Amino acid sequence: MPDLLIELFSEEIPARMQAKAAEDLKKKVTDGLVEAGLTYAGAAGFATPRRLALAVEGLTAQSPTLREERRGPKVGAPDKAVEGFLRGAGVTRDQLEERDDKKGRFYYASVVTPGRPAAEIVTEVLEATVRGFPWPKSMRWGSGSLRWVRPLHRILCVLSDESGDHVVDLEIDGIRAGQTTEGHRFMGDGAFDVTSFHDYETRLKRAKVILSAEERADTIWHDATNMAFAQGLEVVEDKGLLREVAGLVEWPVVLMGEIGADFLDLPPEVLQTSMKEHQKFFSVRNPATGRIEKFVTVANIETADHGATILAGNQKVLAARLSDAKFFWENDLRVAQDDGLTAWTARLDNVTFHNKLGSQKDRIERIARLAREIAPKVGAEPDQAYLAALVAKADLSSEMVYEFPELQGLMGRYYAEAAGLPADVAAACQEHYAPLGPSDAVPTAPVSVAVAMADKIDTLTGFWAIDEKPTGSKDPFALRRAALGVIRLVLVNGLRMHLDRFIDAQLVRHEKHAHRDADDAELQVLDALLDEIAEHGVFGGALRSVRDRLSGQDTAEAAQGTLLRSVGDQVPDLSTDLLAFFHDRLKVHLREEGIRHDVIDACLEMEGGDDIALLVSRSQALQAFMSTDDGENLVQGFKRANNILAQAEEKDGVEYSFGPDPKFAEQEAEKALFAALDAAEARIAPAMKAEDYAAAMAAMAGLRAPIDAFFEAVQVNAENQVVRRNRLNLLARIRQTCLQVADLTQLEG
Amino acid sequence: MLDSTTAKPRSFQEIILRLQTYWAAKGCAILQPYDMEVGAGTFHPATTLRALGSNAWAAAYVQPSRRPTDGRYGENPNRLQHYYQYQVIIKPSPPDLQDLYLGSLQAIGIDMDLHDIRFVEDDWESPTLGAWGLGWEVWCDGMEVSQFTYFQQVGGHDCAPVSGELTYGLERLAMYVLGIDHVMDMPFNAPDAPIPLSYGDVFRQTEEEYSRWNFDVADTEVLLRHFEEAEAECAAILARPEEDPKTGRRIVMAHPAYDQCIKASHIFNLLDARGVISVTERQAYIGRVRALAKMCADAFVTTRAGGHAA
Repeated sequence: MPDLLIELFSEEIPARMQAKAAEDLKKKVTDGLVEAGLTYAGAAGFATPRRLALAVEGLTAQSPTLREERRGPKVGAPDKAVEGFLRGAGVTRDQLEERDDKKGRFYYASVVTPGRPAAEIVTEVLEATVRGFPWPKSMRWGSGSLRWVRPLHRILCVLSDESGDHVVDLEIDGIRAGQTTEGHRFMGDGAFDVTSFHDYETRLKRAKVILSAEERADTIWHDATNMAFAQGLEVVEDKGLLREVAGLVEWPVVLMGEIGADFLDLPPEVLQTSMKEHQKFFSVRNPATGRIEKFVTVANIETADHGATILAGNQKVLAARLSDAKFFWENDLRVAQDDGLTAWTARLDNVTFHNKLGSQKDRIERIARLAREIAPKVGAEPDQAYLAALVAKADLSSEMVYEFPELQGLMGRYYAEAAGLPADVAAACQEHYAPLGPSDAVPTAPVSVAVAMADKIDTLTGFWAIDEKPTGSKDPFALRRAALGVIRLVLVNGLRMHLDRFIDAQLVRHEKHAHRDADDAELQVLDALLDEIAEHGVFGGALRSVRDRLSGQDTAEAAQGTLLRSVGDQVPDLSTDLLAFFHDRLKVHLREEGIRHDVIDACLEMEGGDDIALLVSRSQALQAFMSTDDGENLVQGFKRANNILAQAEEKDGVEYSFGPDPKFAEQEAEKALFAALDAAEARIAPAMKAEDYAAAMAAMAGLRAPIDAFFEAVQVNAENQVVRRNRLNLLARIRQTCLQVADLTQLEG
Repeated sequence: MLDSTTAKPRSFQEIILRLQTYWAAKGCAILQPYDMEVGAGTFHPATTLRALGSNAWAAAYVQPSRRPTDGRYGENPNRLQHYYQYQVIIKPSPPDLQDLYLGSLQAIGIDMDLHDIRFVEDDWESPTLGAWGLGWEVWCDGMEVSQFTYFQQVGGHDCAPVSGELTYGLERLAMYVLGIDHVMDMPFNAPDAPIPLSYGDVFRQTEEEYSRWNFDVADTEVLLRHFEEAEAECAAILARPEEDPKTGRRIVMAHPAYDQCIKASHIFNLLDARGVISVTERQAYIGRVRALAKMCADAFVTTRAGGHAA
């Protein structure tokens, strides 16, 4: 059983691509071998900065011989047909057999496909693998046409068994496979030949290359933590950084260095970010104080001076970086303390958020106004929410965030604290961006929640207003994420609110911005409209009352102004469309939580779809109820009544919705149904009021027996038209009663 | 002094001279800087245009480079609005380009046994040139000392063969090798020369003057007009018939047109420093310069130097 060793030796492979490349090499090659009929006992892929390697153990020496029998033409068929068969089967005429079957006497040929040696198969599979390798980005070099992640220099491909080791015959774009490799770029001792995986791994280590990325990472972590521990410190864990650094070195040498005393007062996140992003250093913390005091860097070489030169160089580079950071931090603190954060917000007037949606400052002011309106619904002090929104993005003007955009929000918190703002406000600066993804933590502090919601609703309404909605896979402004953020803010905090009024108000604010050049009277009308929405919460009503007021007050020019009319025309459509988008996101979210899509659809048909929390509790109640016997009763009872009713309505061309009168009830079962409906409704009404959907639905389910009894005993289509109409109206009453929680017609099965 | 490459260099100019000597010995044509304002050595037609087409090419040169937004009135230890890049371009990229590059570091006094040299992924892209390539930034003890790129596309054209491009930020590299903390303190010529000059002696005043001009004085209306003129001129040059009516020869004027592209690019940088270009306009300007670069590349590949069979 031969073993196979492959190494693809190249110029430096990006660290982030190495692990997947090692896996891809393993998968592509082993899949190819198996497809060609070979089997193997085990395989492992490896990557270092300069090589991908694969070891396959216990490979079969050749693929199995395949035998099959083929039936040819009838005996006596024309020569041409027989010759064609001989060619196709690869046999001669004297090797044919003649045999009888039901349809006559035929020629038969035994076709043997001989097994192929492993080496031959490896050649094909490796060539196909190299030519079709799934690098995320690949390139050409020199005059060649082969693509690889960086120039490929050598291919090592050796099959070894008891008889010795054999180089597999392979050449790709002028690179001939051999058994030569080399070690570390600087500490290795030139090229050498290897015979097997064990030999390869051992000699590489001697030539200062640790083949396994895991082993390199372990070495780094072990040495770094030991070094820190010896000084009573701890390394700040960062698995992503560890993986990356392990992909930047073939021979890790861990060095610990000093952060100049000047920089130790920088916020730990600033030190950490600067060291990680620019230098790929680990932070070393004093567990007693929580301060970052030192750094760990990983070199790729052992030197005669034990890394002194390297460490000195790294410290110098770090000092230059941190002097910048310190300069930014001190300048920023001075601005925050002297001028307050609103000075920064004012400067955001020069920063365009989007050319149709105005500057960051315009945006912040809109968000602040909305945050003030949302505040009472989330238990926040309105003025506090307003203030928090006004300063929450101020740090975008700070020098630190300009340099390290990933610190936005966090720096805002530091600067808000420095400016002496209340703790809630400072926290909102950091938290209002959240939640960023489906698993990101959701803020719960009321001020943070108000600003976070206002921020996201402003973004959504803005892009809706300028018709930049997501399409297909394109969502450049992350609007899906924003909508899911609103949904999660509502659900995690159990917020009961109608989103409509906030969406409408913010759409009006965007319209106001879009028409900022209109005359003052017209804009004041929009302000009046906003006040009305804030007061009453219903756009249509607000619009009417503004119109009424204007016509009564004789300010006819503004009342007839085109602006109010166009806003009145556009906002409801946009608002409906945006709410539908929220519903789409909600569906995705609830499906992930295990709620059936037809259950969600059934609940979405109901009034109050802009109250997300209510919608969700309705869906949950319906789903739970549907899995009980009563759920079945509810659906069946409803459907039986509804089907008959729907047929009659279609035939008669009318909708029966007029209240049925018990005085026309002729039979017992009919009277009993009237009584049952009265009793059920008496239970349903208070349950609906208390949003106790399970109780309401239980009362509806109780109608099944009287409904069934009714249909057994009563002929709906009575001769007497009055009686017939009354019975149909009775069915309509059942429909009306049963549709109070959800649109049951949407349910499947 | 130049013979003893094992000794540490002592001045900025000595580092430049050693690089020149090294790459000359490796067979590069040592060119002179291009005589126009550019943002980086890549803009020199010896790189941008010569990376196109099938003809072999090997050149090295110093290129003064201007980045108006980086001006700091000569006060920042590392930032300059005018600085030098050392540029090497070889087509097709030789298989031992990494080793050749490491040799150049040795030539300027970086001892490979004492320092930690790393090739860290960095994909290069120039939106204004419609160009991209894959490669690395090269780190020496955690400091970026060069860009190393295999050009894949320039001016929208696939590069075949592929050029290898090396770019050294000379001031930063030299400060590291010479152990200098503030660029203005760096010896420009030998410290024991009869008239020793520091980098500051040569450039402090110009940094100050240009910083003021770049940020506050450059006449934006004039610049905007020049941008449009350069843009129009570039197109007009390339719109001329290929056959020169005077000589009767086919003369495609790729280089004069490309000069206008360079001009437009630099004017855009100046306008950017003056803060008169908004975020959204920025993309549009970059697109306009890229369109010029593409036109010039299209023209160049129809010339002899561009590999076009006469």
